[in-house]
Amino acid sequence: METQTIKSTQKSTKKTERISGSEAIVRCLIEEGVDILYGYPGGAIMPVYDELYKYQDKIHHVLTRHEQGATHAAQGYARISGKVGVAMATSGPGATNLITGIADAQIDSTPMVCITGQVSSHLLGSDAFQETDIVGISTPVTKWNCQVTKAEDIPSVIAKAFYIAKSGRPGPVLVDITKDAQFNEFDFSYEKCTQVRSYNPIPLTDIIDVEAAAKLINTAKKPLIVWGQGVILGKAEEQLKAVVEKAGIPAAWTILGASAIPTSHPLNVGMVGMHGNYAPNILTNECDVLIAIGMRFDDRVTGSLDTYAKQAKVIHFEIDPAEIDKNVKTDVAVLGDAKTSLELLLPLLDKNSHKEWHQQFKDLYQIEFDKVIKNDLYPTKEGLTMAEVLKEINIQSEGKAAIVSDVGQHQMIACRYADFNVSKSNITSGGLGTMGFGLPAAIGAKMAAPEREVVSISGDGGYQMTIQELGTIFQQKAAVKIVVLNNDFLGMVRQWQQLFFDKRYASTEMINPDFVKIAEGYYIKARKVTKREELAEAVEEMMKSKEAYFLEVCVEKEDNVFPMIPSGASVSDIRLE
Amino acid sequence: MSIEDKQLFTVSVYTENNIGLLNRISAIFQRRHINIESLNTSPSEIEGVSKFTIVVNITEVNMKKIIGQIEKQVEVIKAYYHKLDEIIYQIAGLFKIKSELLFEERQIQNIIKESNARIVTVNKEFFVLEKSGKKEEIVTLYNQLSPFGIMQYTRSGLIAVTKEEMKISSLLEAIKNN
Repeated sequence: METQTIKSTQKSTKKTERISGSEAIVRCLIEEGVDILYGYPGGAIMPVYDELYKYQDKIHHVLTRHEQGATHAAQGYARISGKVGVAMATSGPGATNLITGIADAQIDSTPMVCITGQVSSHLLGSDAFQETDIVGISTPVTKWNCQVTKAEDIPSVIAKAFYIAKSGRPGPVLVDITKDAQFNEFDFSYEKCTQVRSYNPIPLTDIIDVEAAAKLINTAKKPLIVWGQGVILGKAEEQLKAVVEKAGIPAAWTILGASAIPTSHPLNVGMVGMHGNYAPNILTNECDVLIAIGMRFDDRVTGSLDTYAKQAKVIHFEIDPAEIDKNVKTDVAVLGDAKTSLELLLPLLDKNSHKEWHQQFKDLYQIEFDKVIKNDLYPTKEGLTMAEVLKEINIQSEGKAAIVSDVGQHQMIACRYADFNVSKSNITSGGLGTMGFGLPAAIGAKMAAPEREVVSISGDGGYQMTIQELGTIFQQKAAVKIVVLNNDFLGMVRQWQQLFFDKRYASTEMINPDFVKIAEGYYIKARKVTKREELAEAVEEMMKSKEAYFLEVCVEKEDNVFPMIPSGASVSDIRLE
Repeated sequence: MSIEDKQLFTVSVYTENNIGLLNRISAIFQRRHINIESLNTSPSEIEGVSKFTIVVNITEVNMKKIIGQIEKQVEVIKAYYHKLDEIIYQIAGLFKIKSELLFEERQIQNIIKESNARIVTVNKEFFVLEKSGKKEEIVTLYNQLSPFGIMQYTRSGLIAVTKEEMKISSLLEAIKNN
C-alpha cells in the first residue's frame, strides 16, 4: 500500500515560523496545554530534551528513574485531572520500557500521549543502534500510533494524537519521531485537531433507546445499577447521582468507577466483582433489571458469564459500540457518553424508593459485616490488618484523600475500605493489574493535583517493582504519602496458593530489605509500625507531614481478602470465608 | 445455520490508506486465534479509501464482536461482514506448466478449453494458465492438471462485491458535512 502517513484537512490561518522539528514538538505540547511531562532522555530524543531545556519555564519535565515510571506517572496525572498525561522516552529500550504503562492505559481507558525518539529515517529497518519497531510493538496496546519521518508532519500528528487520546473512550497514543525529523527545520504553525474523518468518538444517543431503558427501569421491582469509569471519564457524576436518587436504585461500582458517587451515599451499595461486597454480588443474580453504565463487564466483575444475571433484563449505557454484547447480552443498549444519556434518561424516570429491595442489600451487608468487615476493621487478634490502616487514613483525611494503590491484596482492601468522597479518588491499575503502578502513579497524581492529599498504598511486592521512583519523589519534592503494607509475601498469590494449590507457597515469600533505611537513603522521612497502639499516631504524623513521608506497616502475614468469588464461579457463589 | 456454528464470512473493511493498519486489523483476529483464510487489500470505489477483503471461518456471534473491534480502530471508516451467498466473489489461480506438455498431452488442451482457463503467456520452457472463479473451480482445475506435473501453482485471496448497496460514499459525505 501507498505510504500516506497523515492527511491534514486543517486549514491554518496562523503565521508560520521556521523552527526545528524538536522545537516544534515542545511548542505543540505547550499549545496542547501540557504543563508537566514525564520521561527519560537518551540518544534519539536528545534534540527534544535540548528544547525542553530552553522552554523549562513553560513546561516542566520530570525525570523519572525508569521509563515505566514515566508512563505510570503520566497515568496518575491523567486519572486525577482528566487531562492527557504525557510520557517521553528515547528509542529502543526507552521505548519498549513504556509498553507496560501503555498497555495499562489502553485497558483502563486512560488518555495518554507517549512521544518516542527514533533513529534517523535512513537507518530505519537496518537494525541500527537502539532501533526498535516501536510502532509495530505498540500497535496492539495503543488507541492509535504513528511514526513521523518528516519535520513538517509533526504539528498535525501531535494535534491528532492529543485529539484521539482524549476524545470518546480515551486511550494511549504513541508518536514515534525520527531523529532527522527532530533536526530538520520547517515552517511551523499549530492548529488543534477537532475531527478525524474515519473516527466517530461519541456515537449519537438514540432517544428511542433511552425511552426503552426508562420503560424497563420504571417497571422494575428490583433494579440494580452497576457503574464504571465511564461515569468519571464522561464527567457524569452529578447525572448519575440524580438518576440514582430519583429512581431510588441501589447502585454498585466497579473498581475504576469508585468515587463517582461518594462511599457515604445511602444508595451506594458497594463494589461488585471478585473481592467486592457481598450484597451487590449476590443480588446481581436476583435483580430484575441490571443497568450497566460506562462499564465493560470485565471477567473480574462478572465471574462465570453462564450464570451472570441471567434472570435480569440488561440495559447497557456505553460509549464504545464494541462493548455492546461483547461479554453480556443486552436487552437495551444506549450508545453515547454517560452524561448525555443520563441527562436524557432522568426526566423519563418515575420517582421510586424500592424500600424492600434496598432492605435486602442492608441485610446482606450485615452478614458481610459480621463475618468479614468487623474482623478486618476491628480485629481482636494481635496482628495488624490492612483494613485498620485504611480506617486510620479515612479518619485522618476525612475520606478526601486520593488513594493510589498498586496491585494485590492491599489494593482490594484499599478499594473495599477507603472512603471515596471526592470523584477521581481511586487511582489503581484495574484491567491490566500492573504491579509497580502505584508509587509512580502517585507522583503524577500529586503533581497534577498538589492541593489534594495523595496516599500511595502498596504491598511489599509491587513497591519493589518501581521502588526507584523514590528518587523522583525526592528530586521533585512531591509530597506523596507512601504506605507499604508489608506481609513479607506476595499476598494475593499466596492467598490463591493457600486456597487452590494446597498451601504450596511457591516463590511468594519475600525476604525484604529495611524499607525505612531505603526511604531514608532518598532523604524521605520514614517510620515503621509493628504494633496496633502505634498505628493511629503514625498515620496522623504521616498525614500531617508537609512533605513526602514513608510509612511501613507490618501486617499479619497470612491474612486473606474476603469476600471472594473464586475464579470461574458465579457471582452468587461469593465466599465469605 | 445457527449463529453459534462456524461458517465462512467475508469481511469488508473500508479504511484510510495508512501503513500499519493491516497489523492493527490482523491483530484482532490473532488475539482470538482466528485463522485468516484469505486477505486482499486494494483501493476501493472511493478515492483515497482502501478496502480489505478478509475471509474467515468463525461463528456469527464472534463475527459481530470482531466487526465492532475492527470499526473501533481510529482509521477504519466502516466494516461489514457477509455470508458467501450475499456477495459476488472471485478467486484467481495461476498455473505454471512445462510448454512441451501443451503439445504432447492432448488432454491438457481439452482441460483448458472446458475449464474456461486463459493462457496468459507461452514460451519455450513453460506456459501460464489463469483461471478465475469460485475456489472449487480452481481446485478442480488443479486436480485435473496435477497428474501432468505443475511447476508452480498459486491462488489469490478472495475479492468480492456485495449484492446490497454499501453506503460508504454517503457515510463519508455525512462526516465531511458534520
